[in-house]
Order: sequence, then structure tokens, then C-alpha cells
Amino acid sequence: MKIGVLALQGAVAEHMRSIEAAGGQAVAVKTVDQLSGLDGLIIPGGESTTIGKLMRKYSFIEAIQQFSAQGKPLFGTCAGLIVLAERIAGDEEAHLKLMDITVARNAFGRQRESFETDLEVAGIEDRVRAVFIRAPLITEVGLSVQVLSTYNKEIVTARQGNLLACSYHPELTDDFQLHAYFLQMAKEAAAGT
Amino acid sequence: METGTSRVKRGMAEMQKGGVIMDVMNAEQAKIAEAAGATAVMALERVPSDIRAAGGVARMADPTIVEEVMKVVSIPVMAKARIGHYVEAKILESMGVDYIDESEVLTPADEIFHIDKTEFTIPFVCGAKDLGEALRRIQEGASMLRTKGEPGTGNIVEAVRHLRLINGQIRKVQNLSKDELYHEAKTLGVAYELLLGVHEAGKLPVVNFAAGGVATPADAALMMHLGADGVFVGSGIFKSDSPEKFARAIVEATTHYQDYKLIAEVSKNLGTPMKGIEISKLNAAERMQDRGL
Repeated sequence: MKIGVLALQGAVAEHMRSIEAAGGQAVAVKTVDQLSGLDGLIIPGGESTTIGKLMRKYSFIEAIQQFSAQGKPLFGTCAGLIVLAERIAGDEEAHLKLMDITVARNAFGRQRESFETDLEVAGIEDRVRAVFIRAPLITEVGLSVQVLSTYNKEIVTARQGNLLACSYHPELTDDFQLHAYFLQMAKEAAAGT
Repeated sequence: METGTSRVKRGMAEMQKGGVIMDVMNAEQAKIAEAAGATAVMALERVPSDIRAAGGVARMADPTIVEEVMKVVSIPVMAKARIGHYVEAKILESMGVDYIDESEVLTPADEIFHIDKTEFTIPFVCGAKDLGEALRRIQEGASMLRTKGEPGTGNIVEAVRHLRLINGQIRKVQNLSKDELYHEAKTLGVAYELLLGVHEAGKLPVVNFAAGGVATPADAALMMHLGADGVFVGSGIFKSDSPEKFARAIVEATTHYQDYKLIAEVSKNLGTPMKGIEISKLNAAERMQDRGL
């Protein structure tokens, strides 16, 4: 499976390393024409305002919406989760508006409140080491969204069809289970089309 | 649940990669920086070129300025403490600043010791001009590095020198045998275990940004080309003719540092960049990079 990592800003190399460790092939995506031929795309952690602005500037919004409409899976972590969401709490404009969720940015507070912990994630065997850095939360989900994990009763991992999103950074650890889960989504999507 | 772990602190810097961190002196500039796509802002009372011009002792910014900036932006806010000034750093941490720069741009408070950064919950970035300084700062608990360059000069030559030196030293360390590594650790004045980590990984264990003299989009792209993980721009933006355009251009040049046509495009009609200073014209006391070894 060939998985792209959107390489406008943020933790690109870490996601590429994790995808390869989970048995996939990783590509850094800097321009929209690189999307063709990919089996899935990861939108990494970084600063969502920066990534959102650069996505608009370089026509990634429509291109990724089309990519998703073809049934290709997307995986957003932290800033990537914000970018996937249909709604952002406050009056901020949403970016890709693909996933039927509302997210709150910096929901845990500032950097001093950032933390790591172990999480149970539905569909994943072992507990996942989750690193939350100025992390967002999913505050509302639509009916077609499946909640995969919560932390203190707040939603931090969710899936809607071919869209996977989490508040934390699986790419910062040597736990590749979520990347393997996403590769499986890509395999199923490729087999289905 | 654990806060302030090295993964949480270093991870925060990982999220800044490929980005531009901009010096700002008030809320209005912070908003301009955020709108232009900065990944973080550094809240200061004066940018380095003004510190140079003003002379005297440069200290931590007035907390009012830092608070004002924290209120208006949603991106991380960094602030500078003097080298070795534990209390300035604790004040910034208590205010909820996201990252502290223990910076040679300010007048050092301690000529020998840096702050013990391991006992803070929030992360630190420090400047380095060679591998020895870089690893010593990491040993003291820095979670992110940047080249020192020569701040406030608008002259990229020192940042280039420092990044090339650090990367060259890393390549050398990769090729040393174990007995040579013991000696090299002694020569560099760093712990053997840290040097062994560099030998095995072929890179630093933390993110390394370019800083100190970035004045144009092309300068930012040059530093990325040389292997920087991202760029700090101090005086370059708000000392230029049109800060908004300048800030946007530097962000785009950093992301697309290998797309020269694009850099040409964003570099058009930016007006005059900050006036630079020739490094050899600085006397020893004016060289900020020689502070905090």
C-alpha cells in the first residue's frame, strides 16, 4: 500500500517512518498531482492554522475532497483531525469539512497541560501509548461516526467510513498499531474498488 | 497520565517542523504573524536589531506583552529568558508560555551555568553553534535547538556556518569507532551516552531550527536546504517594509524550499528587507553568539 503524508508542515518524517514500520510504502506529498496513485493519505500533526492556509493556497482542499470521494482513506492526527472536521468550535472556518464531527482546538489547555497516557482503542489489540500535545477534542459526532476511544469521557479517536482521526500523536511512539489499522483500511478500500 | 515528559516536550517541537516562528512585539504583530501562517510566535519587548541599537542590559519581556500576545493567538507562544536566569524562566512557565527560549539575544544572567531545564514542565529551545554546545544544551534538558547565527544582523552567514558545522560534526561522529567516541566526547565536553546516540542515529535527538540572520525568503529556503527543520525569523519581518507580505513569503519559501520558481514568485515586490550588518564590523562584545557556551 502506498500512503501519502501531506508534507506542508508538521511531523511528516515520523508518520512516514511509522507507515513503513507497519509494512506500507510512504510518500511525502507537497503538490496535488502527487495524490494520484496513492492508496491513502495521512494529514499529520503540526499547526492546523498553518497547514490549513497552505492547503488553500496550493489547491489541496478540493483535491483531497475528490481523493476522499473516490473512497480513498484519510487519517488525521491532532492538527490533521482539525483539518478533517466539518465544524470547528468558535467561529473559525473549517478546512476539508469531510468528517461529521465538531472539534475544539487546544481543548486541554496550553503546552504545560500536554501529557501522555495509555488508551484502549476499539479494534486495536493492545493499549495505545497516546501523546497529547496542545491537543484538540471531538466535542460532537454525527450518527455515522463510530467512537473508537475516549479519555476522561471525551472523544479522542473516531472513524467514519474511510476517515480515521485522533487527537493525539501515534507517530511520536514506536507503537505502530494505528498505522497498521489505517493500512488495513487502505487495503480494504483498494480491494473494494 | 504524565505531563512534561521528554516525549511531550520534544514532540511539541516536532509539530513545529517545516514551519516559521516569528518574533513579535505586540498583539497586532502576533495577529499578522498568525494570519501569515507562522507556526508559533516569540513574544518580545524588542527584536534583536533594536536590542543591538539600544545597548544596555536586555532582559525578559514585560509580562504584559507576553500575556497580550497569548490572548490574541491560538498558535503556541514562546518567550525569552536570559541564559542562566532560572527565575525569569519560572515566571514565564507560571504564565503558561508554551516554550521558553533561553537566549543569547538577552544579556546573560550567568556566565557559567545554564538553567537546569529538566525540572520544568514546559520545554526549552536553546541556541548552539557546534555539536558540543548542542549536546550540552540537550543534557541540561533543552527539547529543541536552533543555530545561534548572529541575531539582529540580517546576515545569514553565521547561521550557515553553525548549521554546516553541526551537520558536518554529526557526519564525522557517525564514522567514529567506539574508542574514538570516548575521546570525542571528552573533546566536545559532552556525555558519552549522548554522543553514542548521535553516532547510532546519525542525527540530533531533538529538532534543530535555523535562527540568527534570516532576512529574506531565499535565506529561509537556504537554511532548509542545508538541513534545518524550520526557521526562526527575528528582526527580518517587522523591520521590513511590508511585514504581512514578507511573513507570508517566508512561510511559503520554507514549505516549498526546493521550488525555486515559487520562491522567485513570492520574493517579488517585497520592498526593502531589513538593512544588514557585516559580521566583521561587530566588535567582540557585540557578538551575541559567543554568549553561553
